[in-house]
Amino acid sequence: MSARGNRKAVMKRLQPVLGAAVLVVLWWLASEGRLVDPVLLPTPADSWHAFVSGLTEGTLWHDFWRTIVRTTVSFVIAIVIAVPVGVFLGSSETIYRSVEFSVDFFRSTPASALFPLFLVIFGVGEEAKIAVAAFGAALIIVFNTAYGVMNARKQRQLAARVMGAPQFRILTDVTIWESLPQTFVGMRSGISIALVIVIVAEMFIGSTDGLGQRIINAQMIFDMPEMYASIFAAGALGYGLNLLFIILERRFVHWGGK
Amino acid sequence: MNKVLARVPIDPSTMADTPAAQSASPASDPDRLRWFPKGTHITIRGLTKTFDDVVLYKDFDLDIPKGKVVSVFGPNGCGKSTLINMISGILDHDSGQILFDGKTARETRIGYVFQNYREAVFPWSRAIDNIRYPLQFLGLSKAERDDRVEELLTSFDVKIDLNRYPYELSGGQQQLVSIMRALVVDPEVLFLDEPFSALDYEMTLFLRDRLQKVLTDRDVTTLLVSHDLDEAVMLADEILLLTKKPTQVAERLQFNAPRPRTPETTLTDEFIAVKTRSLEVFQREVRR
Repeated sequence: MSARGNRKAVMKRLQPVLGAAVLVVLWWLASEGRLVDPVLLPTPADSWHAFVSGLTEGTLWHDFWRTIVRTTVSFVIAIVIAVPVGVFLGSSETIYRSVEFSVDFFRSTPASALFPLFLVIFGVGEEAKIAVAAFGAALIIVFNTAYGVMNARKQRQLAARVMGAPQFRILTDVTIWESLPQTFVGMRSGISIALVIVIVAEMFIGSTDGLGQRIINAQMIFDMPEMYASIFAAGALGYGLNLLFIILERRFVHWGGK
Repeated sequence: MNKVLARVPIDPSTMADTPAAQSASPASDPDRLRWFPKGTHITIRGLTKTFDDVVLYKDFDLDIPKGKVVSVFGPNGCGKSTLINMISGILDHDSGQILFDGKTARETRIGYVFQNYREAVFPWSRAIDNIRYPLQFLGLSKAERDDRVEELLTSFDVKIDLNRYPYELSGGQQQLVSIMRALVVDPEVLFLDEPFSALDYEMTLFLRDRLQKVLTDRDVTTLLVSHDLDEAVMLADEILLLTKKPTQVAERLQFNAPRPRTPETTLTDEFIAVKTRSLEVFQREVRR
């Protein structure tokens, strides 16, 4: 490969990092040059230090883990309920049309508006946080799964039928597979929503651990490096979950779009 | 009773040669329901199909002989695919009766090859699992199923890696998988809906050749829809020419050239005569 081609390849690999590097440099310039009150904006080094020491010596790892557990549990509950319900609703257009409005309505309702309701039902413990996150995730998964099943292209179903497959097998062997790409879209949005709700719930529904509680605590005692470190941890978690889903999707819907 | 007797030919063996005479019988004659020539596999009586007020088929009668390849040819929009879809049970019809030796489509082992192979194979299954798929509905043992697949692969002599997923194969290879999937059940009836029209010429020749070989070995009743008259005649024992809608049988032509047929077959007098006659009927119907 020529030197020029080599440089091009290296540039291509560096491109995604470039934007982040520029952002960090701007941040560093802003805090070093006192453009922003240092109480509000600590240096990148201070925040990074808070992040690393939080992980190694402090309780950041514990909070991180608690948030992961809550998000995962609510997401799993959401899948277990929402996927079968979505398949059931989608397999009959009549049923789907009759519940479409309700699903759409609750899907459009901000989950945070439901916090008080869930508190009344489940109490101020873990259950309320997990239930409200599962609820929010489930709605979007139901919607997408049902949509995927309903809009599955018909030819493969006909092919299975002409090969002698009974109705139920057409559903399990063809329609569900056909809807899988759309179901994955739902699951990816679902886990993001679950994370958002869990973080907010940790902030405001009496919590003693979790990233949300950590962020709000750091803010209350004005420990800005700590707060930035926790925000960064929450961002990394969201990004990581998204990445995980892209990998899962490639693995399970390897045929999607082909 | 007298009337029925009067319509039964004295020598039934002559009947296979004149099926057009029966399918042209008036739909109002109630006895046509009881009567069909010897060697018939599929009987269609009083078939009616309407799409949004457009009458496509009305009181359509047809007898399809057993173990023969019948090519369906006709003007655009006359419902060639619709016809085989109704016969195969993929599409519902409004009224009328379609029976396979007295059985319904659901009770019959059917192989169906779609024109659009991309949306017919199951992309989530490996090619070999696609081929195996319909066998599970036949109530065979695992050993019997494996034998069937093995036998089929031998007769097709395929050189492709069947452990790949369909999207890793070329278009022609995907259609080959879908043809094998249709044949693995040893179908009583095989439907081919323009199976080669989305493929390049080289692949078409190859697949035609393989298909012909397998069909000659098996004697399966086959209905082929094709846009290509050369192909329709070349593969057929009989060419079924249809009219414009409301569709009726325009003419049925026999083509008895020996098999296997090769590209040289298209140069024989018999081929040219049948093709010329088909074209005449086709053009007459298009202009009508």
